[in-house]
Amino acid sequence: MSNIPTELKYASSHEWLRSEGDGVYTVGITEHAQDLLGDMVFVELPDVGDTVAQGDDVAVAESVKAASDIYAPIAGEILAVNDALTDSPELVNSEPYTGGWMFKIKASDESEVAALLDAAGYKSAIDEE
Amino acid sequence: MAQQTVLYAKHLEAGAKVVDFHGWDMPLHYGSQIEEHHVVRQDAGMFDVSHMTIVDLKGARTREFLRYLLANDVAKLTVSGKALYSGMLNEAGGVIDDLIVYFLTEDFFRLVVNSATREKDLAWINQHATAFDVSVTERPEFAMIAVQGPNAKAKVATILSAEQQAAVAGMKPFFGVQAGDLFIATTGYTGEDGYEISVPEAQAADFWQQLLDAGVKPAGLGARDTLRLEAGMNLYGQDMDETVSPLAANMGWTIVWEPSDRNFIGRAALEQQKAAGTTKLVGLVMEQKGVLRHGQRVVVAGGEGEITSGTFSPTLGYSIAMARVPASTGDSAEVDIRGKLVPVKVVKPSFVRMGKKVV
Repeated sequence: MSNIPTELKYASSHEWLRSEGDGVYTVGITEHAQDLLGDMVFVELPDVGDTVAQGDDVAVAESVKAASDIYAPIAGEILAVNDALTDSPELVNSEPYTGGWMFKIKASDESEVAALLDAAGYKSAIDEE
Repeated sequence: MAQQTVLYAKHLEAGAKVVDFHGWDMPLHYGSQIEEHHVVRQDAGMFDVSHMTIVDLKGARTREFLRYLLANDVAKLTVSGKALYSGMLNEAGGVIDDLIVYFLTEDFFRLVVNSATREKDLAWINQHATAFDVSVTERPEFAMIAVQGPNAKAKVATILSAEQQAAVAGMKPFFGVQAGDLFIATTGYTGEDGYEISVPEAQAADFWQQLLDAGVKPAGLGARDTLRLEAGMNLYGQDMDETVSPLAANMGWTIVWEPSDRNFIGRAALEQQKAAGTTKLVGLVMEQKGVLRHGQRVVVAGGEGEITSGTFSPTLGYSIAMARVPASTGDSAEVDIRGKLVPVKVVKPSFVRMGKKVV
């Protein structure tokens, strides 16, 4: 059974968000998503300072199986990216919710966060797949 | 309902992620296909290849039959146990399948063919065998395990009987020998040393467990694909099929033209294709970030081609591919990756052999 931490918010496109306070959120992909993709070989991250809209493709996760777009779950400004993924993309597989985070974003509209799925909602979304 | 090999329970026990592979439930990986890839390049891994089809051919005219059926020439097989890789072609010169043929005795040859092509292969072989009074017998009662890697032979040796060890001692590449209940061949699909071992189904799970206990790690279809691609070996249905000439699939070396009076199926068509010229299968190397994938468009001076197989090479740390391109293609090309033309090097389709980079 896939691990879905209850303290996070989720997009149906398999990104998770963790609140870091002050409207800043860390974003990564779920354990379920990395399991579908298989071993990660490259992660292409956005540029710090980019302003993105909700649903924009902002990163690409290339696994042994496929290249997958990662979407911005909310609109905002990219404050930081996880440079460790350049040399160790496998962190996305081994630590999807911790060391495998992808970027931090400053929300421009926090109501978008409230509208995302909670853990139960994400679980039922992937159960239907 | 997909078929399962006799080792299915062992795969689940080892935590396999199972996928449908041409009607068979097969392990894709047991956790990480990249780790499994490295195990085969550096130590010893094993693959369940029981879905592959063993076909025994018997009869006094078997050699004559195979000289007609196959584009490679079994006249080369003069020592008992020696094996040969060949395409089996249709009249139009397209590849029905690629296979390995073993010469056992003058009236007994063994074929190992792909599982995805099993039915059409058997129909084709049977159709032509009748005229040569050759009997065609499938051997589904064998499981098959490929043990591959620099330490594969040493680890297998620890679980063989003294008689079996003697039977395989000093065996050269591309030979097969019956050793007790096992048929042990020095063949593989990884570019590493090792064996492909046929074992009666009733003994297969125990044999697999003995290999595990000897330190051989299970590896899935994912690693099998990256290993064979690094080794520059074709995958039937992807790098070639019935619509593709072996001349356009880097299989020219498997066609034996002499003696010119040997009439094999597809010969007339191949002679025309050779005269007219064909496309060619090349290797591509992309050292920058990104992964070459099957189906991507390849742009070369004066034409276009397509990637037939592409992957991230775990051994090299960058992406490699096989692509079918115009014969005039030089040493560089561009690949259309998600709308962006990315420069790649064009090389011979062989990237890694015996653990070493060859590009």
